[in-house]
Amino acid sequence: MNPTTVTTLGSYRNDSPYPFCPGCGHKSILDHLNEALVELQADPMKTVIVTDIGCAGLSDQYFATSAFHGLHGRSVTYATGIKLAQPDLTVIVVMGDGGTGIGGTHLLNAARRNIGVTVLVFNNFNYGMTGGQHSATTPEGAFTTTTPGGNPERPLDICGSVGVNGAGYVWRGTSFDADLTQRICEAVTSDSFALLDIWELCTAYFVKSNQFSRRALESTLETLGFQTGVLYREGRPEYSRALRESARIPGTVPGGPVPVEQNWSASLERPFMIELAGSAGGRVRSAARIGALAAIRSGLYASQRDDYPVTVKTGHSLAKLLLSDRPIDYAGSDRPDMLVILTADGLGKVRSRAAGLSSDSIILTVPEFADIESGAEVRVVDPASLPDRVPKADLGLLALAAAVRHSGVFPVDALRAAAAEGPFGESNAAAVEAGIRLAGL
Amino acid sequence: MRELTDGSTAIVRGAVDAGCDFFAGYPITPASQILTGMSREMPLVGGVAIQGEDEISSIGMCIGATMAGARAMTATSGPGISLYSENIGMAIIGEVPLVIIDVQRLGPSTGGATTAAQGDVQFVRWGTGGGYPIIALAPSSVPECYTLTMKAFDLAERFRCPVFVLTDKELNLTATTVDIDAYEKVPVRPRSRMAPGESAGAPYSYQPPDAVGPIATYGDDTPVRFTGSTHDERAFITKDPQTVGALNEHLVAKIENHQDEIDMVVADIDPGADTALLSYGITAGSMREAVRVARAGGRPVSALTIQSLWPVPEPAILGLLESHERVIVGELNHGQYRREIERLAARKTDVVGVHRTDGTLITPQDFLEALS
Ligand code: SF4
Repeated sequence: MNPTTVTTLGSYRNDSPYPFCPGCGHKSILDHLNEALVELQADPMKTVIVTDIGCAGLSDQYFATSAFHGLHGRSVTYATGIKLAQPDLTVIVVMGDGGTGIGGTHLLNAARRNIGVTVLVFNNFNYGMTGGQHSATTPEGAFTTTTPGGNPERPLDICGSVGVNGAGYVWRGTSFDADLTQRICEAVTSDSFALLDIWELCTAYFVKSNQFSRRALESTLETLGFQTGVLYREGRPEYSRALRESARIPGTVPGGPVPVEQNWSASLERPFMIELAGSAGGRVRSAARIGALAAIRSGLYASQRDDYPVTVKTGHSLAKLLLSDRPIDYAGSDRPDMLVILTADGLGKVRSRAAGLSSDSIILTVPEFADIESGAEVRVVDPASLPDRVPKADLGLLALAAAVRHSGVFPVDALRAAAAEGPFGESNAAAVEAGIRLAGL
Repeated sequence: MRELTDGSTAIVRGAVDAGCDFFAGYPITPASQILTGMSREMPLVGGVAIQGEDEISSIGMCIGATMAGARAMTATSGPGISLYSENIGMAIIGEVPLVIIDVQRLGPSTGGATTAAQGDVQFVRWGTGGGYPIIALAPSSVPECYTLTMKAFDLAERFRCPVFVLTDKELNLTATTVDIDAYEKVPVRPRSRMAPGESAGAPYSYQPPDAVGPIATYGDDTPVRFTGSTHDERAFITKDPQTVGALNEHLVAKIENHQDEIDMVVADIDPGADTALLSYGITAGSMREAVRVARAGGRPVSALTIQSLWPVPEPAILGLLESHERVIVGELNHGQYRREIERLAARKTDVVGVHRTDGTLITPQDFLEALS
């Protein structure tokens, strides 16, 4: 961070004259913004005015501060990124009421997070630049080019929406309010998500089609029951700093490669695939992972491709464990050398493929599915024949151990070692022993 | 030493080693592991990771953060790139260095969330209004996920533009064994920033058209303007035809005049071969396997893996087309990149496609059948 340089300025405007129509509220709001910046003696180097689209979106061009001119309705997202990267910057968003419709979710979420930016909504109830179409804030019954018979939609209560969702500072008023400069100062210095809903006149369109006036602004507020003044004021931690504090997990270090020791050896003449077909909850995928680590411990290359329904904790769970003597370039084969069918869910997913296997493949399964139709050789193992009942969650690893023992594809000792590691080491090791035993029966 | 890992993990590591310090993303299969990985890693290296309220906000935050000095990355899949579209254009015109990971899944629409595809190849190239160039890299293995992510950060800085890393569900979610030595670190150039006192009043320069000027960052010692509209060198909106023309010429020339700095292919040429295989991404793995099998069977064959999909590495492809009678292009779509090869072949070389859009991978056997 550079040392703070404070440049005192008598005005934050540059030489360009405003481009707005005579009587447009934008001019007076921007004059108040300029006054506020002067009053705050904001460092122009540390102040970013973020705009998006429409007449109000031109605003940043008339200021000597930093500026970001982005896409329709997205100004709050850019402001959030700027603030997150440099929490010490003063970030002021200028958006029209159009932006509160297309970018409503960004407003709500920035308020909810309490990201410390100030949002000035130039609210004139229609889209000026594109020709006077209605917006999310157009009052009911108002005439615009897209509501020629009168607007049937209820206007969005911007202040209420961001206020109940956690904005730190919320004010509503008009471009005619003498305290606008002071309110902008309060918002900018509030160190929270601050929003000013500033009602104003679009002389080119809304005033014309609705015989609208300064007085009508005020009576509309009254009719709608929309309160004015400071509506919400809440002290919550500012997000860009709070996130930095909360996101760090004590004791963790950046993750690098996790090397696996090679203590055994195995050789393969061609790639060998063991596919496990079971159910969610059978820890099929973690069994395959232990198998992959055991293969690496044996000097092989392994890959693991899983298939399970999006709901994760129900239905089938398949894991393909491909083993090879050299780096694996293609892990997509559908022809396992050993297909382990554990449950009806698993069988349902692999039945047709099993039928197509030839005699150089082996199906390893439980007595329940012993009559499966397949060209492969079917071998049956029966967990019920073991002295202890095997928990469902250990079935996958047990079957994998049986498959490794059967195929001799790598030493069972490597599997023993891989299983013994990690949080479930003890029960995993027991499942492996049971599987090895079962395969020997 | 070896490890068991996947493409998502390698991309996260590549980003960290490239100096990435800002990540924003929205959950989507099969890219979510990058979001969760970056959420874990960023705070550990002094950076920030945030889950945006949607894809639009995620890329928007990345662009804002970059202008405030961060080195940013985001990750999504095809449906998310659809939502990124408008902001991709803004990153192009505003000349924002940004890395976008697209973990492809089967489309269109929601398509198949956990289904393999390479369907976004033309989409990332033309995925925003105006038709201006982007850079896209495509890793074909887990170690390349690491290396090409680093390379993407480097190219983003070099050309001040969004750079895509186009990967896919298979590469990102399949755990595989990697020799730890295979992770090749590439140098990532530091951001070219305007020196203190240098006029940041002109954060964009178009002369000569292919020159890329240094970036001025918010919070530096001078006010900085950024705009997503057609602008002059000081970032003020303009319609002056000469200025507008110069800007748009610059956006093209800065990339197209420097293709030699971007082009990346892996050529495995057999001088005795009449046929060459060409592929990229996950399908290049199947291609390599097919080449091994063909050669073991005594069939000479060449292979070209395209690592830099966009801009099209034309010299290498033209060389391949000239020295072979037939080029077989394999990809998990209806021939999106084959179009580029056919364009270069100009009907002089036979171009054959091997394509799948059924959610399964192109097999080595598919390549071998096309070969025979
Ligand atoms: S069109 Fe309306 S909003 Fe735009 S400058 Fe004119 S009066 Fe203001």
